[in-house]
Amino acid sequence: MIELMQEQDTYSAVFARMETETLDGGPEALLSLRKDAMQHFEELGFPTTKDEQWLYTNVSAIAKTTFCPATRPDVAVDAATLERESFAGCGFHRLVFVNGFFASELSDTTELDDKVTVISLTDALKQQPDTVMAHLAQYADYKTHAFAALNTAFMEDGAFIHVPKGVVVDKPIQLLFITVPNNETSNEPIVVHPRVLIITGESSQVTVLESYVGLGEQVYFTNAVTEIALGENAVIDHYKVQRESTKAYHIATMQLNQQRASNGASHVTSLGGDIVRNNINVVLDGEGCNCNLSGLYIPRGKQHVDNHLLVDHAKAHCDSREFFKGILDDDAHAVFTGKIIVRKDAQKTDGKQTNRNLLLSDSARVDTNPQLEIFANDVKCTHGATIGQLDDDALFYLKTRGIETEAARSLLIYAFASEILDEIKIEAVREQVNNILLDRLPQGDRFRGFKGLQ
Amino acid sequence: MPLEQSTKNMIQSNEQPASESELTIDQWQSQEYKYGFTTDIESETFPPGLDEDVIHKISAIKNEPDWLLQWRLKAYRHWLTMTEPKWHNIHYTPIDYQKISYYSAPKSDKDRPKSLDEVDPILLETYEKLGIPLQERAILAGVAVDAVFDSVSVATTFKAKLAEVGVIFCPFSEAVTEHPELVKKYLGSVVPYSDNFFATLNSAVFTDGSFVYIPKGVKCPMELSTYFRINAASTGQFERTLIIADAGSEVSYLEGCTAPMRDEHQLHAAVVELVAFDDARIKYSTVQNWYPGDKDGKGGIFNFVTKRGKCAGRSSHISWTQVETGSAITWKYPSCILLGDNSVGEFYSVALTNNHQQADTGTKMIHIGKNTRSTVISKGISAGFGQNTYRGLIKINKGAENARNYTQCDSMLIGDKCGAHTFPYIEVKNSTAQMEHEASTSKIGEDQMFYCNQRGINTEDAVSMIVNGFCKKVFRQLPMEFAVEAQKLLEVSLEGSVG
Repeated sequence: MIELMQEQDTYSAVFARMETETLDGGPEALLSLRKDAMQHFEELGFPTTKDEQWLYTNVSAIAKTTFCPATRPDVAVDAATLERESFAGCGFHRLVFVNGFFASELSDTTELDDKVTVISLTDALKQQPDTVMAHLAQYADYKTHAFAALNTAFMEDGAFIHVPKGVVVDKPIQLLFITVPNNETSNEPIVVHPRVLIITGESSQVTVLESYVGLGEQVYFTNAVTEIALGENAVIDHYKVQRESTKAYHIATMQLNQQRASNGASHVTSLGGDIVRNNINVVLDGEGCNCNLSGLYIPRGKQHVDNHLLVDHAKAHCDSREFFKGILDDDAHAVFTGKIIVRKDAQKTDGKQTNRNLLLSDSARVDTNPQLEIFANDVKCTHGATIGQLDDDALFYLKTRGIETEAARSLLIYAFASEILDEIKIEAVREQVNNILLDRLPQGDRFRGFKGLQ
Repeated sequence: MPLEQSTKNMIQSNEQPASESELTIDQWQSQEYKYGFTTDIESETFPPGLDEDVIHKISAIKNEPDWLLQWRLKAYRHWLTMTEPKWHNIHYTPIDYQKISYYSAPKSDKDRPKSLDEVDPILLETYEKLGIPLQERAILAGVAVDAVFDSVSVATTFKAKLAEVGVIFCPFSEAVTEHPELVKKYLGSVVPYSDNFFATLNSAVFTDGSFVYIPKGVKCPMELSTYFRINAASTGQFERTLIIADAGSEVSYLEGCTAPMRDEHQLHAAVVELVAFDDARIKYSTVQNWYPGDKDGKGGIFNFVTKRGKCAGRSSHISWTQVETGSAITWKYPSCILLGDNSVGEFYSVALTNNHQQADTGTKMIHIGKNTRSTVISKGISAGFGQNTYRGLIKINKGAENARNYTQCDSMLIGDKCGAHTFPYIEVKNSTAQMEHEASTSKIGEDQMFYCNQRGINTEDAVSMIVNGFCKKVFRQLPMEFAVEAQKLLEVSLEGSVG
């Protein structure tokens, strides 16, 4: 307990120092928000495995490490990296952040419709403080979630996207978060608190891609919060491709609030990171909403991936779908918690939860809790979870057709994953994840460009 | 005028189904508890309160050996360091453990009856009212009944017949004196005294229960059953059941409960331990119909039970079947520890919550041995303000090669004020394991009702048919007479529930 106090004290001390030095730039309301969040963090502390929400994910490694705040790095991101990571040639609008700081020279929003705002959060706070403060921290609950509180207290920069009524954004907007060492000589662990706020007006449509990339193999901690306020009848496709360094800690909270007849989709691909936690919370706050959450995780080595979903059916006539698949190798550990709450008056709810896991090694471990909490009677809710290995019969069949064991295994794993890959609607992103998967599979090259499965 | 008329008609036709359903729900809710009566017998009862003296006294009354007293005290001291669990999805006013009397025995205890003729006629009358005429049932049904009446076993039948094949079936306190070596060896071997808050409390203050030992290779010649009943006001019932099935043996144990109407909450914290050795089979069936409280949620039994079976031997088999329709609060997770290779664990459950009843129930299947299999079928029905939670853990350990689990938990909601919740926990540490979990929540379909109605089946019968169909998979597991009783129970509980 004493130790835990000390862990929080580190953050408190940093906060006190920052409060006097750097944080007084923004609006007054922001400072009091930060103070409030810090106070809540001090009360909450880091979660432990005694906390039901964190039963299978131990974050003591994060709590024990002393991270120093990231600084604007002197290490430049080279052109080749940028080209590779930003899908050059696809014409995505993009904002690039290096160690959490907005890098305007790497960003490109020139092709964007004038009516759409895609700027850094710092700029947004200067240009339209009232709009930002009306939405910032209104959705992601920092009062009960320690990591959201920590982000709210320390957020340095991030993205602000505003799509007004009736506007359809033609190309995906990419938010690229790159983490590099603070400077070339030091390898001290750093912490980054990226913050994204997306506001969409009535009947608008937008596709957002968040890419997290770690260059180098240093230890760092990304504590991201994304808030999305989805207007009436609006559509958002949100993608996250997480490729942090294998020593990095990645804790991310996404809060999606949907108004009447809106259509929200989120897809999370977890590839990197040592300890990874994706909190995805959705509130269906209007009738006739549609929500589609999907994800793929492919942990190996000693990676730990935890997807924690909460879909709150607050109003009637909403459909939600959760579909997550995992492929685990080596000593990997995956956790899935999906909870659907159907409130008292949310009649005619249709909720579906699916979690499928493929265990490739004896030391891999899966913990899955698909949960339902239902207070209305006219609902259709199902959930299903499976954990298993490759089907021996299928393997045998392929072998009888002259395909050797290794290639047959790879083919079956690829087939297992392809169902989830199909959920990615941006072709370039699907191709990227597809290639990473094939790189990891023995003899995966043989299936490259193999469209038969799609 | 015509417009007005039609509006009026509309309002009427709108109101009609609502009032009708209200009426039927009212009727259903106002159904009095069928078995609510109190037998007027003087009881020897301890004053409320719990300390080491009480435990000494219980132990002294029971003429227990010192090791058992020490075991109780160890449990009590451990209990003092524990706090009540908070993780469950049930709500109740905190229990004051110092306001409960921990011992109550019928006066007639001193001169224990040797045969039925010697049994207190008032007691016998109680059983008559409950529908268990001891003699008749014993003779006609061929069931040995070890009836527990307020913590002290009053009569045991068929003992001689069971003794012929070497089966020991007796009250727990008798087992302590007659077979101390067995009790000492197995007591706490499945549910240790430090297991959980309620089990630890039970270990400290348990008064009686049943003890069964089936020797090697013996197939128990009859189904064993015990009727538990809580009688004297404000006395918690702390039962302890221990069943040991030695290699190659087989036993089916039935447990059924009813309790008289009470205003105050009564605490029931029982512990059941099962041990199955090589190739042994234990089938444990429960029909629980304790007083659930009145329609405003006042009164009713708090049922906090720890039930666990250990498949210690190869190819052993433990099967739990439960039909839970009573109690204000049901908190129980009959579990299987699948230790022996090729062992099998099963859990079949129907839980019904009506009015203000709450149930948080499910199972734990711990796969340790190779080729272990488990099946979980859980059916939850919520009506009125009932809250029904399935909470289950499937744990497949590293060494459990080729372990298999199949879980299905379905919920049915009747009315719009009830809730159904599912909290499955699945932990897999072995890649050769196969596990499947399926769950669904639904209501009785309008088209199902329509189909039945247009075939001339009235709504109530249709509901009963559909619910029985919903629960069929579980009822099939029950012994014959229990299956009939269970089906009846559901029918009674659901009368008029759908308008």
